[in-house]
Amino acid sequence: MIVLRAGRFSARVGRRALTVTVVLAVLAVALAFTGLARGATWSPPGEVLAALTGRGDQVLVITQWRLPRVVAALVFGAALALGGAVLQHLTRNPLGSPDVLGLDAGAYTGALLVLTVAGGSATHLTVAPLAGGVLTAAVVYLLSLRSGLDRMLLVVVGIATHAVLTAVNQWLVLRAELEVAMAAGSWSTGSLNGLDWADVRLPFLVIGVLAGLLAVLSGAMRQAGLGDELAVTTGVRLGRLRVLALLAGVGATATVTAICGPIVFVALAAPHIARRLARADGEALLPAALTGAVLLLGADLVAQSLFAPVALPVGVVTTAVGGAYLLWLLVKEVRRS
Amino acid sequence: MSLSARGLTLAYGSRVVASGLDLEVPEGAFTAIVGPNACGKSTLLRALVRLLAPAEGSVVLDGRDLAGWRTRAVAHTLGFLPQGLSAPDSITAGQLVARGRYPHQSLLSSWSAGDEAVVAETMELAGVAELADRPVRELSGGQRQRVWVAMVLAQQTRYLLLDEPTTFLDITHQFQLLRLLRRLREQGRTVVAVLHDLNQACRFADHLVAMRDGQVVAEGAPADVVDAELVGAVFDLDCVVVPDPVAGTPMIVPAAG
Repeated sequence: MIVLRAGRFSARVGRRALTVTVVLAVLAVALAFTGLARGATWSPPGEVLAALTGRGDQVLVITQWRLPRVVAALVFGAALALGGAVLQHLTRNPLGSPDVLGLDAGAYTGALLVLTVAGGSATHLTVAPLAGGVLTAAVVYLLSLRSGLDRMLLVVVGIATHAVLTAVNQWLVLRAELEVAMAAGSWSTGSLNGLDWADVRLPFLVIGVLAGLLAVLSGAMRQAGLGDELAVTTGVRLGRLRVLALLAGVGATATVTAICGPIVFVALAAPHIARRLARADGEALLPAALTGAVLLLGADLVAQSLFAPVALPVGVVTTAVGGAYLLWLLVKEVRRS
Repeated sequence: MSLSARGLTLAYGSRVVASGLDLEVPEGAFTAIVGPNACGKSTLLRALVRLLAPAEGSVVLDGRDLAGWRTRAVAHTLGFLPQGLSAPDSITAGQLVARGRYPHQSLLSSWSAGDEAVVAETMELAGVAELADRPVRELSGGQRQRVWVAMVLAQQTRYLLLDEPTTFLDITHQFQLLRLLRRLREQGRTVVAVLHDLNQACRFADHLVAMRDGQVVAEGAPADVVDAELVGAVFDLDCVVVPDPVAGTPMIVPAAG
C-alpha cells in the first residue's frame, strides 16, 4: 500500500494495482505507436513522432487518418470496459456485462428500425442505437425488480432479452430491401473502419463526462461490494448510486455501439482480466478501462493485419476471441457451482 | 442521546412481522434481544438502523425521527453488523476494517492520518491487529467475525447493533466476542445484540428484551425478568432457572426429557 497525503488531500493505492496501471498504460502507448506506424508500408518511429508534432511529409496520413482510429480504439475500448465493469458490479455476476445482457442487441434494433422503417440518416443512426440500448437496459432492470433488485433474475432476463432482440433483428434484416440489409449487416459486426475526427468528437465528450461521473462514484461502488446492508449502514445512498452507475455504464456502452456497432467481448473480459491482474479489493475501474483500451486497440491491429490489405471489422476478431472466452467462463462457473 | 421505537409496525410487503412495538434502548448499556426463531427480533434491529422503513410508527434517534436523518449522519451514529456477511475477493483484514471509515471520508480525503490511527486502534481493541495483512478468506470463523466487528467499530458510532454475532462460532469464540462487546460497553458505547443463547444473554447483558410473535414480552435486567415462567411463555420450554455458578446470573436448565 502506498499512502499519499498533501494538505487536506489523502488517498491510498495498492502497490500491485499501481504497477498494473502503469504497465497497462505503457502497453497502450506502445500499441498506439504501432497503430500509427502501421500502413501499406511501415513508417519509421522518427517519422511518426515528427508527424505528431506537425512536421514531416506524413502529417496528414498519421494525424488525420491513423490517429483518430487509434485514439478511438483506446477511448472506446476503455468505455466498453467501464460499461462492463459497472454492470458486472451491479449484477454481482461475471456474466452480467452489457454484451451478454442484450444492450448491444437493443442498440442494433434501434439502428435497424431507423434504417428500415424510418429510412433514417447518419444522425438518426447515432440517436436510435443510444435510445435502443438505454431502453433495453431499462426494460431488463424493471423486469428484475422484486422487493429489491434480484440480481440472478437480471442476468436471466438479460440473456432472454438478448435472444428475443436477436430474433427481432434478424426478422428486420430479412424483410428489408437489399441495400438497407447490406448497410445493416456492415453495422452489425462492429468496426472502427473509416473513423475520422468529426465522427468521434461528440462520443469522446460523452464518454469523458461519464468516466468522470464513474470516478466520483467509484468509492461508493467499492463500499457497495460489502453487500447492500453494510453499504447503506456505512453511508452509501444505494438507490441513487445504482441509478447513476447504471446510466453511466449503459451510456458508455450505447455511445460506442451507436458509432461502431456492437463490439462484443471487451465489456465482458476487460473487467475480469483487470481484477485478476490488480488483485484489487473491489472494482478496479482504472485498470479495467486501460485493459479495455489495450484489448480493443490490439484486436483492431490484428483485424487490420490478418488479411491485409483487406481490413476486417474489429468486431469479427473480438467475437471470435469472445466466444472462446465466454465458453471457458461458463464452464468455470458451472464447475464452481 | 437516545434510541427508541414508538408504536412500530414492521412488515415485509403485506406480511406483518410486528405491530405496535415500543422499545427504549438504555444508554451506555448492553442490551440483548432474545426470542424464538422468526419472532421479529432481526426485523426490529433492521428497523432500528433504518434498513427497513416502518409501516407505522417511528424510530426516534436523539429526539428526531430517524426517517428524516441524512444517510451519512445515520452512519456516523449507528453501526450495524448484519448476518450472512461475505467479504469481497482478495480483501485483507486491514483493508476490510478500513472500509468502516467510509462515512468519515470524502472524494479528496480517502485515507487520512486519522483514518489510519482509528483502524489501528480498533484492530488492537478487537484483537485482530496481527491479522492486518492476511486475506479475510483465509481466516477462521472466529477471527473473521472479530474483523467484521472491528470494521463496524472503525465507524466510531455511539451505538453498535449486531444481528446474531455469535452464530456459527464455537463456544470459545462466542465468549471471546461477548467479552469484547462488554468491553466496548465499558468504554461508553451502547451495544444492542440479537443473541440466541439465553444463558449468554443473561450473563453479559445489562438489559434483556424478550420477544415473541412480534411483541416484547418482557424487558429489564436479566436477574429481574428471567424465570421459568418467562422462558415458558417465550420459548414454550419447560425449565428450571438456577443461579449461574460462576457469574450468579440466571441460568436456564431444561427440564427432564
